[in-house]
Amino acid sequence: MAFQGVDFYGIDDLLTDEEKLVRASVRRFVEAKIVPIIGKHYQEGSFPLELIPEFAELGLLGASLTGYGCAGMGAVAYGLATQELERGDSGIRSFCSVQSGLVMYPIWAFGSEAQKERYLPGMAGGTIIGCFGLTEPDFGSNPTGMLTRAERISGGGYRLNGTKRWITNATISDVCVVWAKLDGVVHGFLVPKGTPGLTTRKIEDKFSLRASVTGELILEDCELPEDAILPGVKGMKGPLSCLSQARYGIAWGAVGAAMSCYETALDYAGSRLQFGRPLSGFQLVQAKLVEMVSEITKAQLLALQMGRLKEAGKLRPAQISLAKRNNVKIALDIARVARDILGANGIMFEYPVGRHMMNLESVITYEGTHDIHTLIVGQDITGQAAFE
Amino acid sequence: MKILVPVKRVADPENANKVKVAPDGSRVTTDGLEWKINPFDEYAVEAALRLNENAKSAERLGETIVASIGGKDAAQTLRQTLAMGADRAVHILAEDDALDSFVVARALKAIVDKEQPDVVVMGKQAVDGDSNTAGQILGELLGWPVASFAASIETSDGGKSFIVGREVDTGVLKVKITAPCVITVDLRIVAPGSVKNGATPAEHAYGEGARYASLKGIMAAKKKPIDEQPLAGLGVDVTTTTKYTKFELPPARKGGAKFVADVNELVALLKSEAKVL
Ligand SMILES: Cc1cc2nc3c(=O)[nH]c(=O)nc-3n(C[C@H](O)[C@H](O)[C@H](O)COP(=O)(O)OP(=O)(O)OC[C@H]3O[C@@H](n4cnc5c(N)ncnc54)[C@H](O)[C@@H]3O)c2cc1C
Repeated sequence: MAFQGVDFYGIDDLLTDEEKLVRASVRRFVEAKIVPIIGKHYQEGSFPLELIPEFAELGLLGASLTGYGCAGMGAVAYGLATQELERGDSGIRSFCSVQSGLVMYPIWAFGSEAQKERYLPGMAGGTIIGCFGLTEPDFGSNPTGMLTRAERISGGGYRLNGTKRWITNATISDVCVVWAKLDGVVHGFLVPKGTPGLTTRKIEDKFSLRASVTGELILEDCELPEDAILPGVKGMKGPLSCLSQARYGIAWGAVGAAMSCYETALDYAGSRLQFGRPLSGFQLVQAKLVEMVSEITKAQLLALQMGRLKEAGKLRPAQISLAKRNNVKIALDIARVARDILGANGIMFEYPVGRHMMNLESVITYEGTHDIHTLIVGQDITGQAAFE
Repeated sequence: MKILVPVKRVADPENANKVKVAPDGSRVTTDGLEWKINPFDEYAVEAALRLNENAKSAERLGETIVASIGGKDAAQTLRQTLAMGADRAVHILAEDDALDSFVVARALKAIVDKEQPDVVVMGKQAVDGDSNTAGQILGELLGWPVASFAASIETSDGGKSFIVGREVDTGVLKVKITAPCVITVDLRIVAPGSVKNGATPAEHAYGEGARYASLKGIMAAKKKPIDEQPLAGLGVDVTTTTKYTKFELPPARKGGAKFVADVNELVALLKSEAKVL
């Protein structure tokens, strides 16, 4: 039976027809194209490149942007699409989040018209893949300290030096958005694949987010033309505004992973007999399932109101932090408990829960760790920054 | 060509276990049911879109109009088909309970009279009532030829007629019908090579099943017109012919499947317990 969604609280009544239609389309796509193949890719540590044209055809790439071949979807519809993708796999959602929120968005928001024309239609069409290089080996939670430098070349253009690590899509990208300091101020640069001085390296041997490519960007006297800089932004506001886009999607996506784990556990507990009755007939197991469904319900409402605030232009970054922090945490907890409910079967790739559980270990770390979001919300409510 | 595709919203067949009957047996209650487009109608939309496009060049070759007769909520079903690629919609507002195949066929005839399509492509049946009659009655009312249970459609004579493949017990029966006509489709119409229109290259293989509404399609559908009017405004006879006397749920299935040791035991049980031999 096809996945019907988790809706204990009639939250569907708060969605428009169009939003439900978007969710139904992406759900069907995930069911038909991702669920059957994702376990194998995860085991092999490969990203299903062959699905990129299908993401594009469905309109997932840059879905919430307008113009340049993008779908121009509302924030809630976009969030629901993200939720469904992550119900399939966090790695698949990561690919779409990076392409849409971290690469297309800065080009769309801060790029010149020529940069937009050059990249956005191809990125929406899935023929140009992008990555976002902010994190460095020695600067993760504190990206402001980045060492990557850009300097002006006499006669025009820029020279970049530095290393970016943990970069999603690093080795499959046609263009990298690299954040570097020019005269001490952070700027974004568009570095096309094949630019002399740019090398990429894949990071192997991950146990998490295995169906997503993670790698390094090494910039050694990488020379770029004058028009490689994103003209519309300077300072940390550039990368942070991208992170706000992507974190928004993660807060929705985590709900999808949680739903997958809950549904799997509920189903399993209903049919697995021990001591002569289904596991779901025992109080301890029921308590676990109830905890799951109540956390999912709260996370759904949080995501939805976050979406409505975004649509109204009222969403503040600290609110996104609260939702990312909460929803990823509950998803990880649900995945761990679901894994437990499945007993020995819980460690098998045949079921999605172990894969979600391991994926969510990345999701709770990237785009601002759980604790960094705690500190962002903490700063927001107390007025005191504890991490600076 | 101009194609009309009638579509109906039905209770999601995957939720069949949630269907309940009113205590007095007068009707099937619809509370708490999930709704979706009747699968055969979705296939009909897919078939119509394939007939009206060059899948290679993405060129549109004609107009696809969808129509639904039903309550306010049917608009969502129409939007879905607009998002798949249909051009515009007609929504005849009516209470579901006040409809049967005859009323539906008469209403569809009124739409056909106004729109003058070259062909009406529709699902062979709706999976709620499973009547499998509306298409045939419509053909009769219009005086148009009908090819039912189409598993394949091929245009011929430059779109003036169609070769329709129908799966019958002995194989595939191919019939040629002349437009204007009514074609009702079966599920195999959405197999990769089931629709040939002479424009899409013959070797083009569609994906299995009806297309998804893409996100861009969903956004575009918001701007496509839905012409809404009440059933009463069509000027057709709205008295139903079918009278439902009583509804009841099938008896709950008894569990306890048995494994038999050998054929002899099986035959004995088929005689004594199942009473089918
Ligand atoms: C699979 C994957 C994909 C990624 N993709 C990208 C990408 O595409 N682009 C990109 O730029 N980056 C990417 N990242 C990097 C990611 O954003 C960083 O890993 C993250 O920001 C954390 O940085 P770090 O790993 O250096 O950990 P650290 O910053 O070293 O943190 C380690 C621990 O210390 C805690 N900590 C740090 N500072 C404080 C503090 N002030 N107070 C309290 N606790 C603190 C953290 O919460 C954490 O628990 C990816 C990471 C992963 C795992």
